[in-house]
Amino acid sequence: MRVFLIPLLLVSAGAFAQEDKIVLKEGPGREKVQQCIACHSLDYIPMNSRFLDKAGWTASVNKMINAFGAPIAKEDVEAIAAYLAEHYGKPPAKQP
Amino acid sequence: MNPSRRSFLAGAGALAALGARSLGAQVGGTAELGFAELPDGTLAEQILYALPGKVPLIKKTFRPPNFETPVEYFRTAITPNKAFFVRYHLAAIPQVSAKDWVLSIGGESAERELKLGLAELKKEFKQATVTAVCQCSGNRRGLFEPHVAGVEWGVGAMGNAVWRGVRLKDLLAKAGVKASALEAVFDGADHGAIDKTPDFVKSLPLDVALRDETLVAFEMNGAPLPHWNGFPARLVVPGWTGTYWVKQLTSVKLVSQPEKNFWMSTAYRLPRGRFKTPSFASQVAAANEPITTMVVNSLVTSLKSGQQLPHGRPIAVRGVAWDGGSGIERVEVSADLGASWQRARLGKDLGGYSFREFALDLAARETGSMVIMARATSKAGETQVSELIHNPAGYHHNVIQRLYVEVV
Repeated sequence: MRVFLIPLLLVSAGAFAQEDKIVLKEGPGREKVQQCIACHSLDYIPMNSRFLDKAGWTASVNKMINAFGAPIAKEDVEAIAAYLAEHYGKPPAKQP
Repeated sequence: MNPSRRSFLAGAGALAALGARSLGAQVGGTAELGFAELPDGTLAEQILYALPGKVPLIKKTFRPPNFETPVEYFRTAITPNKAFFVRYHLAAIPQVSAKDWVLSIGGESAERELKLGLAELKKEFKQATVTAVCQCSGNRRGLFEPHVAGVEWGVGAMGNAVWRGVRLKDLLAKAGVKASALEAVFDGADHGAIDKTPDFVKSLPLDVALRDETLVAFEMNGAPLPHWNGFPARLVVPGWTGTYWVKQLTSVKLVSQPEKNFWMSTAYRLPRGRFKTPSFASQVAAANEPITTMVVNSLVTSLKSGQQLPHGRPIAVRGVAWDGGSGIERVEVSADLGASWQRARLGKDLGGYSFREFALDLAARETGSMVIMARATSKAGETQVSELIHNPAGYHHNVIQRLYVEVV
């Protein structure tokens, strides 16, 4: 049983006004990351921080595209992964 | 250095680190909602939030909704419906009315197609109940070290309830099971926000689908299922991890070939042979196999790390233990980093699939730091592990808990 996409998005977003309060950190690439809300709330990102490196975030974004069908342009993957690694990635190893 | 000395020092170091961190985090932070070992970002992001019809639960994500049960609700063997955890993979979750709900039974390995409404289901089939733990495969994923991506659960992606419904085997018998049937495939009413996202569809081996205790349940603890836990009816697969307990069940198909969708062939898989749990034979691949039954585990519910306890009074260690269905043989408690163990009293036996309560009063002889541990052993002879069995998706965390407390 399928329902049209638009009403569903409205229903699910409307169910939790709190979701709108999730604000990602400022930085280049953030606007491209905002498209993730088509399928899920943005709290998935800070929840998974800070332990993934850039390769880890790239793998996550590619999983969204390849396994879940996220309509993210291939040319946006680099910018999205770079943003996520910079703001939600594993901190660089401390110098001894 | 001998091993017990080394582990004591490791414990003391962890205690110091944890003390500093939890004191900081408790001021407006969320460490007390979960465990300080969770990723920093998880601790900063999670909040208590009440979904409609639920008490405030620990919000992991809003959409799809993933909400964890706080530890205090595990102080009794049965988890209240309003506090029962919520776990969805896909964001489009319809409100299904009891009146409109229809369950289809069929598939190429069924003799005939059936369509059953809720009233028919309740009236035409014998009802059965089972007390069983529903636990997410990834419960405690957030405690993995190193961390792995996913929903960063603490300890509360689980619950124990008395489920009432009808036996799946009775529904399948009415549809007629052909000799070719290999798996039963289950679909619920939920789906992805976009069409390209694979629908959440799961399968079970035929013999598991035909077990007496595998139910299509419409009641939980004497009340209709909450919307967030699968109203009007869900699959209940005692002993097996929550991924198989398909909510808002709409279709069951008997098939002669292994189900190949993403949720079976890619997700919910373990490196082959890493755990001693039974294999799902028709789904085993070269490198990996599906998760199946739960591993033995326990949770201390009366204490939390960082807690101060008064000197001279016994320390009440209370909790619950469970496994994949054999039942709990014993729970032991240690206050000396595992050098010696004392056997706890077990509570009422509610059946092998249920939480089993345990209790032990420990003497608090000296002031200072103490590390309290509890480990469960199942009737099948499995014991909780001392070291994490790491796996890429973060399943089956059953490391013996260490609670760092201070007697003052």
